[in-house]
Amino acid sequence: MNKPVVATASLAGCFGCHMSLLDIDERLVELIDLVEFNKSPIDDIKKFTKDVDIGLIEGGCCNTENVEVLKEFRKKCKTLISLGECAIMGGLPALRNDITVSECLAEAYLDGPTTVNEHRILPNDEELPIILNKVYPCHEVVKMDYFLPGCPPSADLIWEALVALITGEEKEIPYALIKYD
Amino acid sequence: MADRISIYIDKKEYFTTEDKTILEAAQENGVYIPTLCHLPETESSTSCRICTVMVNGRPLTACSTPVGEGMEIDNSTTQITEWRKSVLEIMFTEGNHFCPSCEKSGNCRLQALAYRYQIMAPQFPYQFNEREIDATNDKIIQDHNRCIICKRCVRAIKDEHGRSFFAFIDRGHKLRVRLDRKLGKELTDELAEAAMEVCPVGSILVREKGFETPIGQRKYDLERIGADIEQNGQMKNHE
Ligand code: SF4
Ligand code: FES
Repeated sequence: MNKPVVATASLAGCFGCHMSLLDIDERLVELIDLVEFNKSPIDDIKKFTKDVDIGLIEGGCCNTENVEVLKEFRKKCKTLISLGECAIMGGLPALRNDITVSECLAEAYLDGPTTVNEHRILPNDEELPIILNKVYPCHEVVKMDYFLPGCPPSADLIWEALVALITGEEKEIPYALIKYD
Repeated sequence: MADRISIYIDKKEYFTTEDKTILEAAQENGVYIPTLCHLPETESSTSCRICTVMVNGRPLTACSTPVGEGMEIDNSTTQITEWRKSVLEIMFTEGNHFCPSCEKSGNCRLQALAYRYQIMAPQFPYQFNEREIDATNDKIIQDHNRCIICKRCVRAIKDEHGRSFFAFIDRGHKLRVRLDRKLGKELTDELAEAAMEVCPVGSILVREKGFETPIGQRKYDLERIGADIEQNGQMKNHE
């Protein structure tokens, strides 16, 4: 039997959720027996080489590239999971959501107390993704199938959820594992 | 003594007295009904609706409805659970609740209820409304991003003359709570802490008190909200 394939991505996140995934410690060995990894920063596979069973998304969408990656994951993954607060509600990057983009850019590149920008240039190379007006939760961009809250979600929660998905057995999640911080 | 009567909660018979509300009767019998705006010993503001139960087939707020002989109360049907989840999800999307950076996280009643009902993500779109943070007072900071307009602070925090330190200003969606500028100067450390405690979310914060308790030891880290009430009930049923 072919092993289920897992892919992961970090959008507007801090990689903390990926760290938490690695935090399953020695169970990683078990995980590698259970699944095969495809596109993911963990194995550095940059492009999908096949269809994927489980996609884990860390981070919300703060720019056009995030949206593109998320849409590609939706196309390729049978089951797509929002991993962590940023994917679920935008998280700390969404603290900018009641501030205009121009104010944010000015603070970061023009008027910040430690900024030196003699020619007052804002990043505008066409190679750069465009910043969105707000940071969007993943499920407001594409359909997400499951949500694992936490900042980051605990390694145990990620493990329990992955095992449940892989084995197809429904599991009761212990109270202490569901946390928003 | 008020008359002893019997009521039914989720088809089970319980005894109580006529002078109680449904909430009080349930609590003394070890049945948990969630509350947010309710504050014992003060008049109900019935603003949050989280305590809604079905009474003889009609939705009513348990914190303000008196019990009656033979009342049939539903507290855990799917419909009621879904209503309660919706109330919580509306609060989470209407305000800006960034739990990872909130000083009240782990001790927050709103969050604790969402844990109890296992809300993984709200079904409503996030509003990201613009709200102000008022840090003009020496003792407390008011973060309006998190206020759920429960009025608990207004009802509970008063000076010796019975004057409230907090008051509602404006109306409708602009309604917010304001600490009286003049009276606020007389806020004692005890009252400031009481205000932080009475606020069910992280909207009132005492300066330099945030993140005092380590993660894992906070109020709702390991024990779900309402567990104390349910345990009391179990003990009583055992006697
Ligand atoms: S500040 Fe806190 S206690 Fe006061 S109305 Fe808002 S949520 Fe309720
Ligand atoms: S607790 Fe009853 S309406 Fe808020």
